[in-house]
Amino acid sequence: MISLVSSVLRPKGLRTEKLEGAEVFRGTTLVKRGFAHMLKHGVIMDVTNVEQAQIAEDAGAVAVMVLDKLPYDVRRAGGVARTASLEAIQAILDHVTIPVMAKCRIGHTYEARVLEEAGVDMIDESEVLTPADEKRHIWKWDFTTPFVNGARNLGEALRRIEEGASMIRTKGEPGTGNVAEAVKHIRIVNNEIRRVRAVYEDGDHEELIRIARELGASYEIVAETGRLGRLPVVNFAAGGIATPAECGLNDDSRMRRGLRRLRNLQV
Amino acid sequence: MKRLKIGVFGLQGDIEEHVAITRLALARMGLEGDVIWAKTAEDIKSLDGLIIPGGESTVIGRLAEYNRALKTVKERIYEGMPVLGTCAGLIMLARKVYDRVVGEVRQPILGVMDVVVERNAFGRQRESFEVNLRIPVLGEEPFKGVFIRAPAIRGMGPKVEALCRLNEIVVAAKQHNMIGVSFHPELTNDTRLHQYFIKIVRDVT
Repeated sequence: MISLVSSVLRPKGLRTEKLEGAEVFRGTTLVKRGFAHMLKHGVIMDVTNVEQAQIAEDAGAVAVMVLDKLPYDVRRAGGVARTASLEAIQAILDHVTIPVMAKCRIGHTYEARVLEEAGVDMIDESEVLTPADEKRHIWKWDFTTPFVNGARNLGEALRRIEEGASMIRTKGEPGTGNVAEAVKHIRIVNNEIRRVRAVYEDGDHEELIRIARELGASYEIVAETGRLGRLPVVNFAAGGIATPAECGLNDDSRMRRGLRRLRNLQV
Repeated sequence: MKRLKIGVFGLQGDIEEHVAITRLALARMGLEGDVIWAKTAEDIKSLDGLIIPGGESTVIGRLAEYNRALKTVKERIYEGMPVLGTCAGLIMLARKVYDRVVGEVRQPILGVMDVVVERNAFGRQRESFEVNLRIPVLGEEPFKGVFIRAPAIRGMGPKVEALCRLNEIVVAAKQHNMIGVSFHPELTNDTRLHQYFIKIVRDVT
């Protein structure tokens, strides 16, 4: 059984419908977080067009992430980076069988709505694009489509999950080909989880709630993280991961301790 | 009694969830057994039963072809080793596979079970759903079916028996030592399907 911690009661993204005469529930926490579990031990590749998406699929990618420009080019071009064109997304949806994800700007609820309508399988509320709201993230429980968010530490990860993220990717330095930042953030999250786990196992509730306040997350999700000894949702390593060896590094047993690991390869 | 050894095909997908629920099912049945990640042909050879997890069937198939485990799995299944495939696992077992949108697909599969499977038959992730299923072989109590970009069985040979239907669509089937289901019992606490599978493993071992 996967963890359903922090699910909100009757979220707007939950849809009850009839299918083949039966009552079915779409957009439940189980269905959204469960989707991320199916990607585990896989590689998600950044792509900008159908040709790249098909290469990724043939090469064994577990999903593709559609961007207008690859992170390297986003950094170089400067200016405002937005979500990918709907034509490109639609073409990719029509030509690959693996899941298709796309990025929207942080806090840009309506870019996310457009992506949901387009039918992408997961939305990445991503810092690689220019934030649309510099203070707030999208309330992701309003969506039937699951979200993934970036995080550099445990507090960020748990806050994003409480906003409705179904998957976390520990951030790296996108578009650099330098894996050091990805490694650093996994280490940080792992070390923080180790501490929470030790406190949880000692049954020290006073310290757990103090940590929760420090992290800006609820007592409930901090305690669940301590009980599980890992994040309550699947985690991917992302950013600057360019070769199979770097995927291996991020899937290594010492790295994965405390994390539901996955890796994110950028082409 | 012999200690059972059950492997979860450990290349890609929700492997840990299957390992966990299989251990729980063994414990609930009061049986001794080992549940391992089976990655290589050598691992597969040592098993009494195999579970092919959910994940991306294209990835599992390609990796299994690359590390040459695919052939061994096929041989073992023909020899009678029981196998349970969930979601991507059902796709791996099928004789023929096509995608709802893309149509004909070229991907390495086992092709051992006489079923035709449509990938993404219920739509994309936004259309994924939970539903209470009736599975007569598992008893009266409804079984929570978690369908994630799920496949459906669109055609069955004469030796295949439908275990569960969603109205007219077959979502679980059995052929001798092979069980294929469209949904993900491993994401729930309900061990009945795994217990049903373990009983088959025990009976042939």
